[in-house]
Amino acid sequence: MKKNIFFLLFLLVQVGSLLASDPEAVVLLQSVKKKYDLVSDYSARARLVTNVLFIKAPVSQVTVYYRKPDQLLVKNEKGISFIPKGTVHINMNNVLGLTNFEAVLSGTETVDGVSCKVVKVFPLSEEESITRATLYIDPVQLVVRRSVVSTKENGTYSIRMKYGTYTWCGLPSVVEMEFNTRDYKLPKGTTLDYDNGTRKATGLPQKGKVLIQYQEYSLNKGLPASLFR
Amino acid sequence: MMFFDVLRIELFKVFRRPRTFIAFGAIAMIILLIQFALKVNGNEFILFFTDSQTDTFEIPFAGILNGYFVCVAVLHIILVHVPLLVALIAGDMIAGEANSGTLRMLATKPVTRTELVLAKFAASAVYVILLLLWMALFALVGSLLLFGANDLVVFKETDLHIISHTDVVWRFVAAFFFAALALIMIAALSILLSVFAENSLGPIVATVCIVIIFTILQQLKVPVFEQTINPWSFTTHMLGWKGFFYVDKTADGITIPGSIENPIALVKSGLILIGYTAAFVGTAIGAYRKKDILS
Repeated sequence: MKKNIFFLLFLLVQVGSLLASDPEAVVLLQSVKKKYDLVSDYSARARLVTNVLFIKAPVSQVTVYYRKPDQLLVKNEKGISFIPKGTVHINMNNVLGLTNFEAVLSGTETVDGVSCKVVKVFPLSEEESITRATLYIDPVQLVVRRSVVSTKENGTYSIRMKYGTYTWCGLPSVVEMEFNTRDYKLPKGTTLDYDNGTRKATGLPQKGKVLIQYQEYSLNKGLPASLFR
Repeated sequence: MMFFDVLRIELFKVFRRPRTFIAFGAIAMIILLIQFALKVNGNEFILFFTDSQTDTFEIPFAGILNGYFVCVAVLHIILVHVPLLVALIAGDMIAGEANSGTLRMLATKPVTRTELVLAKFAASAVYVILLLLWMALFALVGSLLLFGANDLVVFKETDLHIISHTDVVWRFVAAFFFAALALIMIAALSILLSVFAENSLGPIVATVCIVIIFTILQQLKVPVFEQTINPWSFTTHMLGWKGFFYVDKTADGITIPGSIENPIALVKSGLILIGYTAAFVGTAIGAYRKKDILS
């Protein structure tokens, strides 16, 4: 009996150590967060390209607003853009700002020719909208070059980031986000479409892409909270 | 008597009748009602088209509900019913004269029967163009004043097109021009039916019935009709005005400014409508020239 209890305790300790955060992963995340913390808010002019199977949209000129810790707004001031709800995840503070989580280092992978450490993050709080995130961190520049974020309600977002002038504070110059979309179909006869012989491509994956090319950042000027309401 | 003199007389007759202005009044009223409904409940209208995407995208309701969008919505609702208003005038052109006993007197005038039918057709065409200009004034100018301008979102059954506001105005001009082509064809059909009738009610009702039957055939989407009747049905091609609001895109999904999804289909539709118009007017002339005028 005594032997069994010891074995059970040993097993619990082992499982606990497996679930606990990898210290190297935590240190790496903290170093990256420190860099991102240099920016408390920004507004940036950007070019937005939407590539969704059922949307035909022109390239838009948008303004991206960010306010610490997790407020992000993409606004098309002069036109119409269908902005994916998951755009909020291009802000890495959504993951780096988590307080109750487990992080595991899971090897090395190359992203855009740069060797990155792969860190898997599992939020422990039930209230978080993120269920898990995988960050591909450049250990030299201390920036996230790729992230795959799974959410409770809106599926998975895969985000790739390229850096330029603002690498020092972790702000990307180009963000490419891939996300799941639902099929778009209205009941027959509702729109009385003109049949011009064009047929919709079928069998293609229901994935959407959004490309944001940042043109000019304005950092730490102070943005009002009312902007994000 | 010159052709233009006859046309002038025909136009005088058209615009002297109070019923001509029923159409103008009805169109203004319908457009104002639609604009009011969209002003009050526009978001619900947009939600009907975007409901399946509200989980994935932020829907820019305020941006979508602009003057261009409202104008397309108005045209979508109203252009289905305008053939009735056109038939009301064109169907009366010859049958109305027969009914009131003036057709025989008209035939004694120094003008050929061909010229007479052509003048009546031209007068109907002028009426159609004026009706469309009136519609443009209320639907486009009125909506822009009420809702402002922005990019145009066009909802189709399987996709949606966003057209930059800088690339929209010429599309409306082209769409109104195409709609005129379609409605002039309806006028030609009404005049043809009018040749065979002794009172105007018959050709008016017959024209509307023909349009309804072919529209239903088109909307049933039955494969056998889709392959046989629909490609040649004039109701299929009458919707061609919408084709100017379908844009083409690059492989990356970006709309090409100034593009049309399938311009060849639009040219084909235009030619088919012109062909129908010529056939109806030609047949009307042939029938009227041989007609034994007894009334």
